[in-house]
Order: sequence, then C-alpha cells, then structure tokens
Amino acid sequence: MPKRTDLHTILIIGSGPIVIGQACEFDYSGTQACKALREEGYRVVLVNSNPATIMTDPSLADATYIEPLTVPSLERIIAREKPDAILPTVGGQTALNLAVALHEAGILDRYGVELIGASVEAVRIAEDRQRFKDKMIEIGLQVPRSGTATTLEEALAVVNQTGFPAIIRPSFTLGGEGGGIAYNMEEFRAIVERGLDASPVSQVLIEESVLGWKEFELEVMRDRNDNGVIICSIENIDPMGVHTGDSITVAPAMTLTDREYQRMRDMGLAVLRAVGVETGGSNVQFAVSPTDGRIYVIEMNPRVSRSSALASKATGFPIAKIAAKLAVGYTLDELPNDITRETPASFEPTLDYVVVKIPRFTFEKFPQADQTLTTSMKSVGEVMAIGRTFAEAFQKAWRSLEQGRAGWGADGRDVIEPERLRERLITPHPDRMFYVRYALQSGMSVEQISTLTRIDPWFICQLEQIVNLEGRLRAFDLATIPPDLLRQAKRMGFSDAQLAHLLRVPSGPQRWSAELAVRQRRLELGIRPTYHRVDTCAAEFPAYTPYLYSSYESEDEAEPTNRKKVIILGSGPNRIGQGIEFDYCCSHAVFGLRALGYETIMINCNPETVSTDYDTADRLYFEPLTLEDVLNVVDVEKPDGVIIQFGGQTPLKLAQALEAVGVPIWGTPPDAIDLAEDRDRFGALLKELNIPAPEHGSATSWEEALTVARRIGYPVVVRPSYVLGGRAMAIVYDDAALERYMREAVAASPEHPVLIDRFLEDAFEMDVDAICDGETVVIAGIMEQIELAGVHSGDSACVIPTYMVAEEHVVTMRRYTEQLARALGVVGLMNIQYAMKDGVVYVLEVNPRASRTVPFVAKATGIPWAQLAVQCAASAKLFCDGQIFYVNHPALTNPRRYRLAVPSIQRFHVKEVVLPWSRFSGVDTLLGPEMKSTGEGMGSGATFGEAFAKAQMACGSHLPTSGNAFLSVNDRDKATLLPIARDLAALGFKLLATSGTAAYLQQHGLEVKSIYKVNEGRPNAVDYIKNGEIALIVNTPLGKTSFFDEAAIRRAAITYGVPTLTTLSGAAAAVQAIQALRTGQWTLMSLQERSAEV
Amino acid sequence: MDAVLVLEDGRVFPGRSFGAPGERVGEVVFHTGMTGYQEILTDPSYCGQLVTMTAPHIGNTGVNDFDPESIQPQVAGFIVRSYSEHYSSWRARGSLAQLLREYGIVAISDVDTRALTRHIRTAGAMRGIISTTGASIETLLAKCRAAPPMEGQDLTQVVTCPEPYHWTTNSVPFTPPYPNGPAQELIFHVVAYDFGLKRTILRRLVDHGCRVTVVPATTPPEDALALNPDGIFFSNGPGDPAAATYAVATLRSLLGKLPIFGICLGHQLMGLALGGRTYKLPFGHHGANHPVRYLPTGRVEITSQNHGFAVDPDSLPAGVLLTHINLNDQTLEGFDYPDLQCFSVQYHPEAGPGPHDATYLFARFAKAMAARRS
Repeated sequence: MPKRTDLHTILIIGSGPIVIGQACEFDYSGTQACKALREEGYRVVLVNSNPATIMTDPSLADATYIEPLTVPSLERIIAREKPDAILPTVGGQTALNLAVALHEAGILDRYGVELIGASVEAVRIAEDRQRFKDKMIEIGLQVPRSGTATTLEEALAVVNQTGFPAIIRPSFTLGGEGGGIAYNMEEFRAIVERGLDASPVSQVLIEESVLGWKEFELEVMRDRNDNGVIICSIENIDPMGVHTGDSITVAPAMTLTDREYQRMRDMGLAVLRAVGVETGGSNVQFAVSPTDGRIYVIEMNPRVSRSSALASKATGFPIAKIAAKLAVGYTLDELPNDITRETPASFEPTLDYVVVKIPRFTFEKFPQADQTLTTSMKSVGEVMAIGRTFAEAFQKAWRSLEQGRAGWGADGRDVIEPERLRERLITPHPDRMFYVRYALQSGMSVEQISTLTRIDPWFICQLEQIVNLEGRLRAFDLATIPPDLLRQAKRMGFSDAQLAHLLRVPSGPQRWSAELAVRQRRLELGIRPTYHRVDTCAAEFPAYTPYLYSSYESEDEAEPTNRKKVIILGSGPNRIGQGIEFDYCCSHAVFGLRALGYETIMINCNPETVSTDYDTADRLYFEPLTLEDVLNVVDVEKPDGVIIQFGGQTPLKLAQALEAVGVPIWGTPPDAIDLAEDRDRFGALLKELNIPAPEHGSATSWEEALTVARRIGYPVVVRPSYVLGGRAMAIVYDDAALERYMREAVAASPEHPVLIDRFLEDAFEMDVDAICDGETVVIAGIMEQIELAGVHSGDSACVIPTYMVAEEHVVTMRRYTEQLARALGVVGLMNIQYAMKDGVVYVLEVNPRASRTVPFVAKATGIPWAQLAVQCAASAKLFCDGQIFYVNHPALTNPRRYRLAVPSIQRFHVKEVVLPWSRFSGVDTLLGPEMKSTGEGMGSGATFGEAFAKAQMACGSHLPTSGNAFLSVNDRDKATLLPIARDLAALGFKLLATSGTAAYLQQHGLEVKSIYKVNEGRPNAVDYIKNGEIALIVNTPLGKTSFFDEAAIRRAAITYGVPTLTTLSGAAAAVQAIQALRTGQWTLMSLQERSAEV
Repeated sequence: MDAVLVLEDGRVFPGRSFGAPGERVGEVVFHTGMTGYQEILTDPSYCGQLVTMTAPHIGNTGVNDFDPESIQPQVAGFIVRSYSEHYSSWRARGSLAQLLREYGIVAISDVDTRALTRHIRTAGAMRGIISTTGASIETLLAKCRAAPPMEGQDLTQVVTCPEPYHWTTNSVPFTPPYPNGPAQELIFHVVAYDFGLKRTILRRLVDHGCRVTVVPATTPPEDALALNPDGIFFSNGPGDPAAATYAVATLRSLLGKLPIFGICLGHQLMGLALGGRTYKLPFGHHGANHPVRYLPTGRVEITSQNHGFAVDPDSLPAGVLLTHINLNDQTLEGFDYPDLQCFSVQYHPEAGPGPHDATYLFARFAKAMAARRS
C-alpha cells in the first residue's frame, strides 16, 4: 500500500527535557521521523520543549515550536497549525501519554486530528499492567503472577498471593520510577507507598519475582499488512531485577538455541498483534528461566524506545525512520534497506559481530544515593561498542565509558574491597563487573560466580578467557612479547593503554607516552585494526553505507575516499554536565562542514545520539573516543582536519596528545585551551588585558591549598581543572572543609591541580557565547542567570536577553569577550562566565570551545552558531556590518547573512533545568556549585514572566495561580523575601510560614499564618504538603542545624509535585511568571518565523 | 591444533581445529542465521558442503538431544569465527566439539569468516578443503581441485534412509502450542520421500494430523501408492536436482494422482517433473532472514532458506501458478499447480532453524488431503 495522500500536515511530539530514563535516544528517533516524513512531502510540525535537541533545529521541520508539552499548550499549537495527524510514537512515554491526554480531553476530535503509528487503545493496553497481563494470558502466553493495588491494604492482599521477593511497579511512570524489589514486609510497605505516590493514577503492580531469570528483549516491527519482523534480539547480561536501562546488554542474544529464540519470536509478534500495534516498532521484554526455559512476557512499549535506538545502531536498521514511514501507510516490503539498497526493509537483520552496551552512572554526583541497581533506572547515559567477538566488544565498551579506565580492568586502577567480594557479586552495582574480574583472578570458578551473580555462565566463561590472556601477557614486556600473542590480545579488545600497563611499559614525559610506545611497537609488527561495515546482512550483500567498526581481522573494508575530509570527534556517553547539547554541536559541525563541501567523518560511541545515525555524517566510525582509537581512524582516513571543540571534554582531553603526534587540529589551537585552563597562565593574560577576576590560585597539595586560601580569603570555590559540570566543585568556608575537600578532589583528578578562586557571594552571573574566526568576534548571546553565584551555571535558569543588567555592564562584557577571544586566538566557539558584584564585572572562566548553552542561544537568536563556528575552523571569515553579519568561505557561493537582535522577533527566552531527585531517594535537593541537572527545557514569550512560566512548565513545574504559598527563608534572605511575599499576597495567595519568617513578615504588615517545622510538632509543613494545602514553596537553606527538616520538606514537595523555589531570585522570577499566567498571556511563534537569516 | 581452509581459487584461511582431525573437501557455503547451528550441522541438505557460520560465536548452547534434524551431523566440515567450548543451556548434554569429534567431522575456528563470506559472495560458491594434517597448501589445493563440483552431483542416495519407517512424533514439547494446538488425531497418511529429510518437517506434518511413512529415495511410485497414502511429500536434500533424474521420474509418475507437497529439493524436483529447468545460484541462499512474498495475499514471510539451485520460473508450463517470490533477488520460491494437486516451496516452511511464518503450508497440505477424501 503506498503512502497516504489524505494527510498533509503531521505533528510530531518530542520527549521534552532529558531525564533519567528518557534521554537523547528520542532526539535521534524524532530527527529520523522528521526527515522521513518530509522526504515523503508531508508538512511537518514539531513540538518539543527541549532546545538542546537536534530535532528542534529549524531546518528539520516546517514549523518548530519550543513550547511546554502540556495539553493546553498542544491545543494552541493544534489550533494554529491544523495538523491532519499526530505521530506520538517517537517522543517516548511523554509523547504517548500526551497523545492519550489530548484524546481524552476531546481535542483530537474537536480539531479532527488522527493519531498515526499508535492507537489510544494500544497505548492503554500496553501501559495498564493488569490489562496487558490479561491480554497475554488470553493469547496463551505466560506472565509473572501479579495483581494491582491502589492502596496499601490491597497491596498486602496481593503480596499474600504472589509472595516474596516481590516486585513493585507503579503504573505510568518513567523508567520504573518509584518501583523496587521488596524482600520483606517492611520494605514492601515502604516501596508500595512510594510507588503509589509516584504513579499519577496511584496504582502499583505487585508481581511474582523472577529475579535471576535471564532477560531478553526483542525489537519488533509490524506494518498494516500484518507483516512482522524482528529487528534485533538483545540479551541482558545482568539478569532480571536490574532495569534494562541499567543492565549491560548484548546483541544479538548469545545463549538461546534456535528453538528458544523462535519461540520468543513467535511470542513477540503475537504480543504486537494482541496489543493492537498496527504499524511501527515495539520493544517486548521477556524473562527466561535458566533451569527449564519457561518464558514470561514482562512488558512491551508500543513505540520506539531506548532499546530500539540501540537496536538501530546495533543492526544498521533505522527503526524510527521506518516506523514513521509505516505510520503514513507504507508496508515494509515497499521500503528499501538503505544499506544494501537492493533488498527491502521487510527482512530481519543478521549480525556477524557482537554489540555490547554498558550504562554510564553518575553516582559520584549523588554520594548519598543508594548505588544498588534495581528495577528503577538510575543511569544517565550509555555507550555501545562493536567487535567481532563478545570479548572484543566488551573491552571496547569499557574504555568507551570514559571513567578513567583503559578497558575492563588490567590498567592498574582497580579499587577492590576483597572482603566485600561475595556481597559485590550478589548485589547488582555499577562496579560489579570489576568484582567478577577480581573473582576470576582469585580463582573463583565460573559456576560459583554465575551462582552468585546469576549472570549466565557463558558470559563468565568469555570473561575468564580475557583474564587468562591477561595472565599470559604479564609474562612479557614490550620487547619480548610474541607478535602472535600481541595480535591475539588486540583481537580480544585489549587497548594499547592496558597493554602498556600489563607489559610494564615505563611512563614517559607525557601521560600518553606509554600508550604510544605500545602503539609504535604494534605498528612496527604490522598489527593494525581492520574496519568492517555494519551492513544488516552479515556480508551477504554489498553495503553502500560507510558505517564502520574496528576489529583485528584480515581484510579492511573502510575504503576511504580521496575527498577533502574532516573528522569530528563526538562527545561519548551522556553524563550530567555533558549531554545532548554537545551532540547537537557535533551534528551541526557536520552540517556546517558539509555545506563547505567537505566529507564529514564522525567518531562516537553513544548509541542514543543523532551524530551516530549513519546518515548524519558521510562516514561513521562507531568507536571509543580514546587516543588509540582516534589515531587508528586518523591513520586510515588521513583527514585534512580534526575538529575537537564540539564534543565537550571528551575530545578536549585528547587535544594535546593528538597535536603532539601531528594530527591536524582545526580551530582554536589546543594550547589556547590549555592556557584557559591553566590558572597561572590565564591569570597573567587577564592581568595583561586588565580584566578583573576573583583572586585565585592553584594547588596540588593540601598545604599549597591552605596557603592560597589564606592569601585570597574565604569563602573560596575549589574544583579540579579539566572537568565539566562542576564535577567535585565546592564552596568552602574554612580550613577544615578545605582539608576535607583536598583529600577527595586530588583523587578525583590526579593529573591536574585543584583550582581555588575567591567566591563572590551574592554576585549575579552571566554566560556569554561567542564565535571568532581568529580576528572578528561575533557575540552569539548574553545570558543572565536567574540563580545567584554559587549555583552551577548548568543548574541555573537563565534568560536571553538580559533583563536586569545595566547596559554599561553589557558593553563591558562584550569588550572583554572580544579581547579574550583575540588574545586566545579562538577560531570557533567560546564561552565566558562572568560575575557581577558591586558594579564590577569579573571573568570567572573562559572555555574556548562549544558550551552547553550553544543550542539554547541558537534557538533564542535564530542563528545556527555551531555551524558558523565550524566554518570558521575551516578558515571561513566573519564580517560584521552593523547589526548584520555573515560568514564567507571560498566554497560558499552565497554567504548566509544573519541579523543580530531583530526587533520584530524580539522575545524573552528562559532556559530551566530538570533535576533527577525523584530517582535518588535520600538525596537532598539543594542546588550548589556541582551540576546535578540532567536536562533542560525552554520557554519563550513576549514578557519575561511568560517565558519563565513556560520554562517551568517545560520542566514539569506548574506554577499555581492561586492557593497557599509556604515561605521559609534564612535570616539573611528575610529582607529580600518581603517584596516577593507582598507580590504573592497581592496576587491573592494566602501566606504560610515557619515561625521566624512569619514573625518578620507580620512585623512588616503582612497577614501570615505560622506553621510548624517538621521537628516542632504536628501538623507541620510536610503534613500540609501531603494534604495538598500548599501550592507553592519558597525555601532557602537555613543552615546546618535544620538541614534534615528542610530536606524533608523539599522531598515531600517533589513527591507531591509542589513547585519549590530554593533561591529568592528564582522566587522573584516565579512571581512575574504567575502574573503572566494570571493574565492568560500565551504567545506562539515558530522558530521558522523567528529566523534571523536575511 | 592448527587447521587450514584452502579454497579452489588458492585463497587460504588459517585457523584452529575444533572438530575431528583429518581432511575434507566440500563446497564452501555460508549460512547467515544467528541461531540453530545444531540443526544446520545435522541437516542432510548440507551433505558435501563446508558450512561457514557468519554468526561469530558458535557452540554457546552446546548440543542437545532434541534439536538434530537427522541422526548425525551431515556437513562435510564446519567453519566458524569463534568456537565456545563452554556452553550454557538447560537442554545441553555436551559440547559441539564432542559431537563433531564423535562423528569425525572436521571443523575450523578462528577463521575470518567475514572475509570468507565476502569472498564467496563475489567469487561464488566454490570447493574448499579443511585440513588439520599440516599438508602443504599446494597438496591441499590439488586435492580440492580434484574433487567433483557440486553441479551434476546426485547426493540424495547418500543421505536417504535405507528402509522405510514410521513417524508419529509432533513438535511438542519442543515448541509451544500453535494457536490451535497440534492436532490430536492423526487422520492423514503421508508417504514422505526421503532425499535428506529433516525431522522438523516430519514433526510439522504430525502437528497437522499426518501419520508419516518415510520411504527411501528410490522407492518406486507404485510401492508408494500401494501404501495407500492421502498425500505424498517430497523432501529437501543435497546436491544438484538435475542429477537426481530417477527422482524426477518418480515424481512425474505420481503427479495428478493425489496431493503432493515438495520442499526445497522436492520443489526443484517438482519443477523438473513439470518440464521446467533448474540452475545454480551464484552463492545460494542459506539463512533465516529471507523475505518471501506470498503472492495471493501480498504478505511477506521471513523464511529459512538453504539451497544452491533454483527453478527457472520461465521454464514452467502454463497452468503453474507462481505463489512465492524472494524479495531480495526476485527468484522463484514457490508454485502451485492446482490441476495436478501439487504445490511446492523452495524455502523451509518447517523452519528448524528459522522463523515459523510459513507453517500455514502444512495446513494447506492437510486441507488438500481432506478435500481429496470428501
């Protein structure tokens, strides 16, 4: 059946801010869907509240809205754009839930909008666990025994039937949020209560435990002609009990016989038919008993998912793209397989390699959080690696993770507590695999390890082979190692860095010297990687797509071209502080270079991303971003240039080494990056330019740190150099705290000193992004941070344009930015953080590279800054002509011209962040100098208030327009609170406050009801929150004594969804937002309408 | 122990032996299925072939007593990238290497199977020799070139059963119930000509209500008819169909007398019996992911395939309805001749290994037999 011609405009819903459980895989799927539908001639309208996405680039849709993903917001867009259909299956659970809500609100009917790709009924069956189970039983499939409950009493009745251990899963939550495993009644009660809270419908499913069963997933596609195919099977190495997002997984399945696999395949297809997925892709999860092969169906997602992104990258089959085409009426056999061109998409990819995915955790940011892995997802990103064998892929994946490890151990950096071995094997934990390694080394048998971990012995046997080879390698040094053994080690995935450790290669003058010595020896022996194509067909047909991975085989398939070419280094796994923003920049670097006629070559290892889509760059190397792996690609491709400034710290860490071995790095020279990081050199530069900066120094020991701190005076900000996201950054008020910090931080980054700066209390912070061609500087955007200094800029809301900064200071910042860009020789992007205190503008930090804010600034200004920056790196020149500027390059026949600050499209743009508190129970929710947010949302409006209100909504915080406001601030903040409290009262809010705050406000004539703190009696603030009697909370930290009291309030607020402001600047902004909401102000303008291109 | 694979065009692939010691010549083919090595090894259609698995890890689930397609391994030799001596499966009773050694099958691992596959894909299926003897490449090459090519070889008589036997075992307990469950009663009697018959085919026939009498390939047609069957089945098997002239003659004399169903070689024999022509494909179809369109409904089946020859659709007489087409290369995958109550498919609807999408063909055979009775 050909595509439908009765549809013209299709609305695609994105997934909103990046949160744990819903990350940039939906940018990848959404981007594919946009491209697929436009390719078919449909008019595509896109809505997403996340400005950091590539899908929201104005070139990818006909009308792009960065607006909150709520029913009223969507209704306005539907009314304006009049779409014929909505595709809700590429925006995660957010989009699916929103589509169901639009249906339930009657909006789809009212505007005559059809849902394509999923039916409301199918979504409901798949999401309502009881209905899903009933359906499975109806078609003869087995499911764990279970029951649902909406109260604790019901839950207790269910668990009497199903027994312990019991799995508790709340309905309608992301990534299993709020669920868990209970081994006893006490845990059961606690988890059920939490789960009922977390579920928006107050429902939990209590389930028979299949802990320790093997876990498999199938990615299934179906078309309207009932053709069904399995795209990929995925085996979870971590058995049932660990969320699949937190599991190490392998594709294809390794431990199934054909009979077992085909049985699962039949079930997968039967599930889609029973749930009623007529077109598109779904993920079906199974548990398999290791002792008798019984298969239980666990769940299914009637949409593309994290696993389908992984499956797409693992197989080369673009699930989201094909799903979009199926949704508009095509059948699988009508669509070609892009990679083989001559065969159709109605087939099942077959792999002649092994794919391993390992999740990336960020527990170092949340030291109080429980690191046990459960059914509630806790990882923030993932890496994927491809090898010809499991061992090779597994080792490549570990070094891809960028956690300071050169692979799966064998690098001298093991931190093992031998006395905890058994516990560490039994309890799933991010470091468990290192304990498996230790267990093998200490002679524990495969059977014993498998019994303790419940990991299938086949995997343990493979790992044992790695450990055995490691033992053999240790008997040699670099001069004596037999070439065959070295080749065997490379085939098993050992990195040069691991080999340098195992062969005891002495460290040289540079930190990379030993690794390069191994590389040198390897090349002398002719041991180089071969590159192979991900071709969907195990080489049965020729592959036309240069999607490549390395191995050590006999034949190379890279077939590099003779074109002018540039390698772009990606940003690796998502983590807090380095996420989708950098993938946006890397993808735009590809677009910008392609426009200049270069062949673009991407290296990256993050399967969730757009940059690793095989049709983003001309050539894709799915490889770890280590020195070794990058140099290997450079050897094969011999690029004209390598771009390192768009992928965050990942490529920057390689800059000096790459330059040292003669790799042509384009853009800002690595030395400038080093200069900006080196406090002494940078301090000297600022002095020379006469630019003020807070007093500062650097230290490599506690004694040095003390000297510096005493010189510049407390409070000081301390942090290791070369980190993103304020990793291990702290504000320190005294010697004792400094000493404590130095002991931890020096361990955090042994190769670089700790930076110490005077902390400017109560300063305002500004963020400036600019591009420079080496001479001409264009300011991209000046952002004013809404939180005061002390909150990491990545966690602070910010606004463009600045709204409270005096013009003279803006002028000063522009001048400093230009001076610094030229002095550093910036070619490309740069970001400067400024602070303003007592009328003085200070430079806090300069980053001569792409920053987290680039996509936000691009959306706010309507200018693709990252593309222009990369063109500068490719020797383009910037020209400014008043408010108009343009970029010129010999390859551009018509330079693109842009207007800065176009009055007719002038709006306020606010970026707000989302924080992962709900994932980590027991963690305090205060903001500080260490970044903790996972993602961001953006709001735009005619006034600051409107923009701020939308940004809050985008991040899931719905500011109230009436009700009770609860105020509790420290003494220092009381005076500043007063006008805010007055405004709230004037808006009709009833004021509640803790005794001190209440007394102060009462003294100043406000009517305030005083309520108890948690430790003062009942009913207290937490009771009020739980009873739904508080609509808004303003709570600034009161100091150490009341710490637990406040933490309880803040956690209750998060659980019950009460908007909470922990800074007064944030509270003041919220008041403006509430004012805007009360007047009903809501303006809509697509990005295309706001383009600054002239 | 070191081993080597030498192809007739002189290309050499070194590796390590994991099967029996010795030397074996055969036609090198590659199979792209990711599961099912035990079924493949024991499928008599692979007689005379050195089978390369493109999936890199082989041996993971060991071997068990339930999955063989015949009583013993049938391949001439086995070629893999990475052999797992350690296996994990609740059904396993031993390692793959044990099985291969027990039956004297040579096997080589640590071969760059992707390079080998790419080579076969471009140069075509060819003879090769696996050796663990340490003989010189020249010697091996000479032996390899001296062996007869697959074209023109009738291997059916090598693999057929010596005596007739009865089969009444269904797929249970190996496969979960079909939507309607396997038939309880065996109401039809089918005579199955064994040219290298797979057990899964027998089980599927039983699932669909058939009691099967398996007869040797050379059984005269009148002997088959004397068993008073409701239908005749022509099995899969190895070698060049055009060389099995005796079987073509048998089939031709049975045509029109009762429902006949053919699979793979049986399909090719039926094509030849109807006056058609078969030809050798460049490197054959061996895998579990081939899309086939069933023309009457337009639906696509993912199929299990294992054949080096195909029937030329243009050579078939008028009245033959083409029913199945391979969507990768548009070759003929099945036809139907209603006038003569016969139909056949080139691929393997019984799976074993592979997807179960085409099980309906067995139901169709049963329906044809039911129609004949009434």
